[in-house]
Amino acid sequence: MEQKAIRHKLSIWNAVKSLVSGLQLTWRHFKNAKNRRTPEYVTDKNYFNQPDGLVTLTYPYEAIPVPDNGRYRLHNEIDDCIVCDLCAKICPVNCITIESVKATEDIGTTSDGTKKRLYAPVFDIDMAKCCYCGLCTTVCPTDCLTMTPVYDFAEVDIKNMIYHFTDLSPEQAEEKKQLLAKQQEEMAAAKAAALAARKQQG
Amino acid sequence: MLAFVLTLVLLLSIVIVLAYAERKVAAFMQDRMGPTEAGPYGSLQSVLDVLKLLQKEDIVPAAADKKLFKLAPILIFAAVFAGFAVIPFTPDLVPAGIGIGVFYLLAIISLDVVGLLMAGWGSNNKYAMLGAMRSVAQIVSYEIPAGLAILAAVMVCQSLDFQEISYQQGAIMNQFPGLEYEMNWLFGIEALGINTTTIGGITTWNIFRAPILLVAFVIYFIASLAESNRAPFDIPEAESELVAGFHVEYSGFRFAILFLAEYSMMVLVSLVAVILFLGSWNTPLPNIGPLSLAYWTTGTVGELSGILWGGFWLLSKTFVLLFLQLQIRWTYPRLRVDQLMHLCWKVLTPIALAVVLVAGIWRLLMI
Repeated sequence: MEQKAIRHKLSIWNAVKSLVSGLQLTWRHFKNAKNRRTPEYVTDKNYFNQPDGLVTLTYPYEAIPVPDNGRYRLHNEIDDCIVCDLCAKICPVNCITIESVKATEDIGTTSDGTKKRLYAPVFDIDMAKCCYCGLCTTVCPTDCLTMTPVYDFAEVDIKNMIYHFTDLSPEQAEEKKQLLAKQQEEMAAAKAAALAARKQQG
Repeated sequence: MLAFVLTLVLLLSIVIVLAYAERKVAAFMQDRMGPTEAGPYGSLQSVLDVLKLLQKEDIVPAAADKKLFKLAPILIFAAVFAGFAVIPFTPDLVPAGIGIGVFYLLAIISLDVVGLLMAGWGSNNKYAMLGAMRSVAQIVSYEIPAGLAILAAVMVCQSLDFQEISYQQGAIMNQFPGLEYEMNWLFGIEALGINTTTIGGITTWNIFRAPILLVAFVIYFIASLAESNRAPFDIPEAESELVAGFHVEYSGFRFAILFLAEYSMMVLVSLVAVILFLGSWNTPLPNIGPLSLAYWTTGTVGELSGILWGGFWLLSKTFVLLFLQLQIRWTYPRLRVDQLMHLCWKVLTPIALAVVLVAGIWRLLMI
């Protein structure tokens, strides 16, 4: 390729010309300031077709829509959850805390037919820690843990970033624990009785 | 006293509008929206900014030279505000109509430099000191081309009285005591034989009366940008290197005063440019035959119509210049110190000297 020397023009005419073209540029932007970007979805024809005007959107009032399957805030549909703890195990930042209590009675099935056997007195997800990798949603066997398109959930108090998904009140949880303890006691008693009976026989 | 209060109120309202315009214009030129929340279209933003500043603590650094530090903002603002005393706002309204207004204005504005140096030195802060030294060096240097450009206008007008200079540039020139028999000729040259005394309008503005003053106007405008520390000559407060320059240590009310002084300076230099070169409070519309547009848009001197028209034309011309200042700020990058001095001493000053010479010769052609 032929190299061309860049000539440094220092004439006053060039200086004036470049000064004026600079002013024209800002004036053009000032004039086009009556146009504004519209909050359009990326598939909209206009999305890449707004070459002039203000680019700012007044965010809390206007926002560019996010996809329906946007992967932002986590949501757990507790009715469908079998409390398998897989999500908590795979989470790279340990933001999911789960405690489980075995159910003493039949507590039904999830919407995909899996039998539920455990209560979850604690199912907390700390969204302040979450790194939005989505691993928990891929391992979830019943697809109850999903990511939602909600991305604006800043809080004043960081404690509010912990989302509680349990459907049990603390009293109910306590009751379930006691029921389980009672059942286990009864079972232990029955076992002991059976053992004693076998010893007597033997 | 009344003139003092009225001028202060007028100045404050212009500065409030200007501060809002600055933010909006800056935003629009950068494809942003600017203030939108405070009031309709954010129009209360600058009022609220001032209220915020007034609530803030007035911090005086422990290591500062307290007397200088406290006195500096008052001196800076007083120097700028005193300049407004000789500005004629309408044909019969001038706070202090002294005969040597131009001279007084140049002298009193120079006092600003002392205040800047006091602020920079008193702050006991290296950035403030650097900013103040740059500012002073720049203002003192640029006073020379600005002064020469003003001198050219004064030579053409043969007066140091702003009001007399104003009257000379309009269709109602002969109403000024002492100018009853003066005549205006097209381009100031009687030999052309076109009498513009009663035509008025733009044809009698100084830049038309003596077209060489157009060059003087450009020189004055560039120099005035430097004098009011505006971009592209804002190295004294170069945000990216000096934080804020000489007012880095100021807060609260004192900062508000410095801010006000800075914007007042912008307004003042624009007003002076309008009065000396762009026809002052005179209408730009000339009388054309039976259409006496100039008289219609001048009103009657001494009556409300004269005051309103005069104020309207003066302020609208000033705002055009102020808009140009804003646009220049958001268009051109900052000059380096050596480029700044090069422009002043090697470009503007020689041209200004030549302009003074030509203006003198022009004046000879005018009589």
